[in-house]
Amino acid sequence: MQILLKIILFLILAPFLGGLLSGIDRKIGARFQGRQGPPLLQPFYDLHKLFSKQSVVVNGVQDFLVGGFFVFVVFTGCIFFAGGDLLLVFFALTLAEVFLILSATSANSPYSAMGAQRELVQMMAYEPMMLLAAIGFYIADGSFNVSDIVHTGSSAIAVLPGMFLGFLYILTIKLRKSPFDISTSHHAHQEMVKGLTTELSGNVLGLVELAGWYEDVLLLGFIGLFIINLQWWSILAAVLVCALSFVLETFIDNLFPRVKWDKMLGSTWLVTLVAGGINLLILTLIH
Amino acid sequence: MIVTLIIFPFIAALILSMVKPGKLRDMIVFSSCAVLVVMVVAFSVSSLLGGANQSYLAETQLLDKAMLLAEFGLMGLVFYYSFRYKQYYCALLSAAQTLPVAWMELTGHSAEGGNHIIVDDLTIIMCMVVGIVGCLICVYAVGYIREYHKHHTEYKDRSPFFFAMLFVFLGAMFGLVFSSNLTWIYFFWEITSICSFLLIGYNQTPEAIRNSFRALWMNLLGGLGFAGAILYCSLRLDIANLQDLVTLGTGNQAALIPVILLAFAALTKSAQMPFSRWLLGAMVAPTPTSALLHSATMVKAGVYLLIRLSPALSGNLAGIMVTTIGGFTFFAASLLAISQSDGKKVLAYSTISNLGLITACAGVGLHEAVWAGVLLLVFHAVSKSLLFLSVGAVENSTGSRNIEDMHGLIIKLPKLAFVMIVGICGMFLAPFGMLISKWAALKAFVDSKSVLLVLFLVFGSASTLFYWGKWLGKLVAVIHRSERLPDKLEKSDWFSIYTLAILVIALCVSFPMLSTYLVQPFLIQTFHEPLMTLISSSDLKIMLLMFCTILVLPVMVRLLTFGKRNKIVISYMSGANSGDDRHFTDSFGQESSMYLANWYMEDLFGEKKILKPSLVLASAGLIVLMVVAIGGVI
Amino acid sequence: MMKISKSPWLLHYDGSSCNGCDIEVLACLTPVYDIERFGVVNTGNPKHADILLITGGINHQNELVVKQIYSQMPEIKVVVAVGICACDGGIFKECYNILGGVDKVIPVDIYVPGCAARPEAIIDGVVKAVALLDRKRELKKFGAAALHKEA
Repeated sequence: MQILLKIILFLILAPFLGGLLSGIDRKIGARFQGRQGPPLLQPFYDLHKLFSKQSVVVNGVQDFLVGGFFVFVVFTGCIFFAGGDLLLVFFALTLAEVFLILSATSANSPYSAMGAQRELVQMMAYEPMMLLAAIGFYIADGSFNVSDIVHTGSSAIAVLPGMFLGFLYILTIKLRKSPFDISTSHHAHQEMVKGLTTELSGNVLGLVELAGWYEDVLLLGFIGLFIINLQWWSILAAVLVCALSFVLETFIDNLFPRVKWDKMLGSTWLVTLVAGGINLLILTLIH
Repeated sequence: MIVTLIIFPFIAALILSMVKPGKLRDMIVFSSCAVLVVMVVAFSVSSLLGGANQSYLAETQLLDKAMLLAEFGLMGLVFYYSFRYKQYYCALLSAAQTLPVAWMELTGHSAEGGNHIIVDDLTIIMCMVVGIVGCLICVYAVGYIREYHKHHTEYKDRSPFFFAMLFVFLGAMFGLVFSSNLTWIYFFWEITSICSFLLIGYNQTPEAIRNSFRALWMNLLGGLGFAGAILYCSLRLDIANLQDLVTLGTGNQAALIPVILLAFAALTKSAQMPFSRWLLGAMVAPTPTSALLHSATMVKAGVYLLIRLSPALSGNLAGIMVTTIGGFTFFAASLLAISQSDGKKVLAYSTISNLGLITACAGVGLHEAVWAGVLLLVFHAVSKSLLFLSVGAVENSTGSRNIEDMHGLIIKLPKLAFVMIVGICGMFLAPFGMLISKWAALKAFVDSKSVLLVLFLVFGSASTLFYWGKWLGKLVAVIHRSERLPDKLEKSDWFSIYTLAILVIALCVSFPMLSTYLVQPFLIQTFHEPLMTLISSSDLKIMLLMFCTILVLPVMVRLLTFGKRNKIVISYMSGANSGDDRHFTDSFGQESSMYLANWYMEDLFGEKKILKPSLVLASAGLIVLMVVAIGGVI
Repeated sequence: MMKISKSPWLLHYDGSSCNGCDIEVLACLTPVYDIERFGVVNTGNPKHADILLITGGINHQNELVVKQIYSQMPEIKVVVAVGICACDGGIFKECYNILGGVDKVIPVDIYVPGCAARPEAIIDGVVKAVALLDRKRELKKFGAAALHKEA
């Protein structure tokens, strides 16, 4: 029953939180650039507009595949917030991403195909760190289950500092922030138009946006997992750390120009190997 | 029953070698396959009902003599081919292993005792894999080889020989999995080596012959290791049985040397890193050969032996050798697969990489790792054979097996594209089989505290994701104005492909049963303790839910898009497309056609760049570890 | 009710402009004018865009391109012609290669004259376009006939 409640809460609250975060992100970004920026609720206006517009597609399977992406992102979030298995969360998320990539390649369009290849490189870049982080939790807390990880006496970050840093690094990729937003390009640099989402429009694009919000909340939940333990104040601390991480990502987003894919892949794997690998080694030795 | 299972394929082979291509041969192949499958299923069911463990044949003087004779025959065959093609080192290798073993047998130094044939749950699993998947490949071969010779008139039609070899292969595999006596295993082991050599050289082009000899010498080198193990076992330990060796080797240094030698033989057979090149060379043969070598037989013999040895590998240097080589192979081969555009080559690298994973699982020697290894073996056999058969079918229909040419296959050959998608998803995506076992393997590696292995696995699976993902992307591209291609496949081909596709899906739903009734009993018997739950039942339910979600997705999507009708437009090419999504107006005002290629990253992951270093690294690692391990005992 | 005008995404297309107007359009995005205040995003993709903003006149080369981009935009959409060249050909009107203003090939809703059009004028045009988006949507909801009469 409690699990069901959690899932329903996630399903209802996550879009609001995600949309709000996106609004805050845009606002902060504008302020960094000395602009007034759009209203805080701008992402919601955008989403509403997308859903009320006509949707033009290139073929009949695109919307099916994007639907798959959306359903599985939400599904993944449900597993996570219901306290499920971390590895399963990642596998389901991978499945969702593959749906999105297939929708882009199915369009047979140069920009979305290029975006899809770049997205695959991004996945290849962040996947090791994600798995390593899950393994870190398993060794530290003895379980892959989110519900067990939050019910431990001390915060996982105490023994997983390297994993945390590595995760922050790949969070830049996952949140689609510069210097690593190479597959969709959120800013006005448009050498590949909108990459993955070039051929999507109207409500189909709206679904991708909405799924993005769910995913952002899921990722911040993962950041929170590093902090939360049995103490009540740890939840406050987790919220604080999540907020700080998010602002940090926005900061990075506005600070760095984009890099090429090989730089991204190389640096991410290096960070994973150094931060994640050494952390894993030490953790295995002391446990 | 067991004897029939082993003998029957040989008889079928003998008949097939004499029958000319035609209706009669098709009928013989189909009926022998049907008989084999029925026998395998009957055997498995009866063994399961009657308690799986049985052993037969304690005294086999006469049979041993016959086998010795046959072994000389095999040596003669190798000599013949070596001298004919002036590859003398193969003859040398063959003599170096056959003669000492023969000397040992003839002079009565060979150890006696124990049953020659033992049946347990692992035998049943292997038997089903070899029987069912192998027979489906043979059925497919009937239509394939006919079409193949229509396309390739430059090659001589030696199909009677081809079919004979396929069945000999199956027979040898049955023999191998049923045998417990080391000399017997060795005998069937050699048959598979020589069969694969003959099958790879089927086309008799210079390239085929070169590759077949590469396969031969590498496998003979492994055979040499095997022969060494037999000699050591007989002369020093007075052991004739694999099971006895494993029992002795568990937690004991005494049996380390033969275990290392056997593991070495298994590594060559399952094409692990320094020996991976023979499996890639095997691509020159017709597709059923590759499918058979890669999925149901040959390479599986290597990992089968390792799984049998796994209790003796746990926590010693032999285990470290096997896991390091396996883990490294998994990682390096999946990186190498990224740069390949030839469909069969990608499949080959993926086979090597997955076998690396199974090898690593066996080397860890913990029962959860072996659980993952056995399941990987089954899932891999089914998915990989499906992929090979569908790539072969695409090649026969479109004339190319290049992944780039599979662009838009979902429009051109929808049915084939669909089964291929099933196969690819079966290889790397949740909730399909391979991923479940990879998941278990990951847990096992973490529990065995091997950091290196965990790192290999996480980086390797990331690159696995990349090369499968881009292949999948090519398949689903929907191109305007592309025509459906004529379906050139025969009914028997479709039968094999569909059955395998159904098996992939059925296994992913029913694998908990496979685990409870076959894998678990085997593990309990081998490790003498029950297995903890690796993947909890709630996770399994979630996986099942995912599976159902995929099935009902089309309906859900209709609901999500609120029944809106989408307007279909042409794709965006900066407004310069000329009428469809395949052509655009270029800067000269002329119409150019557009071409979308996948990324292969030759500069980073090309064969030129990383094949040699990884081979060198793997060889160095193998030699150092072997020397250290053997030196430690002595 | 939430209005579509709260989130106008625009596509900027440069016809045969001298780049004067283009620079002014980009100036609108800068901190001084900050057109994102109105939720405007420069998408660069017709499939995401609500407003097609064209600078420069139409020539033989880009005639088809403009038509195609316009056809790829999902309904509801508005076209803004920025600068005198886009409005009717401007100084290049008599050139052999120029067809004239944007309205020669696609229907234009808002004309923003000027050479080059000042950012204030462009923003004014965009805001007018945004209002038109809402009107068009209402008209679409309450019948196409009304839209026809309006036009």
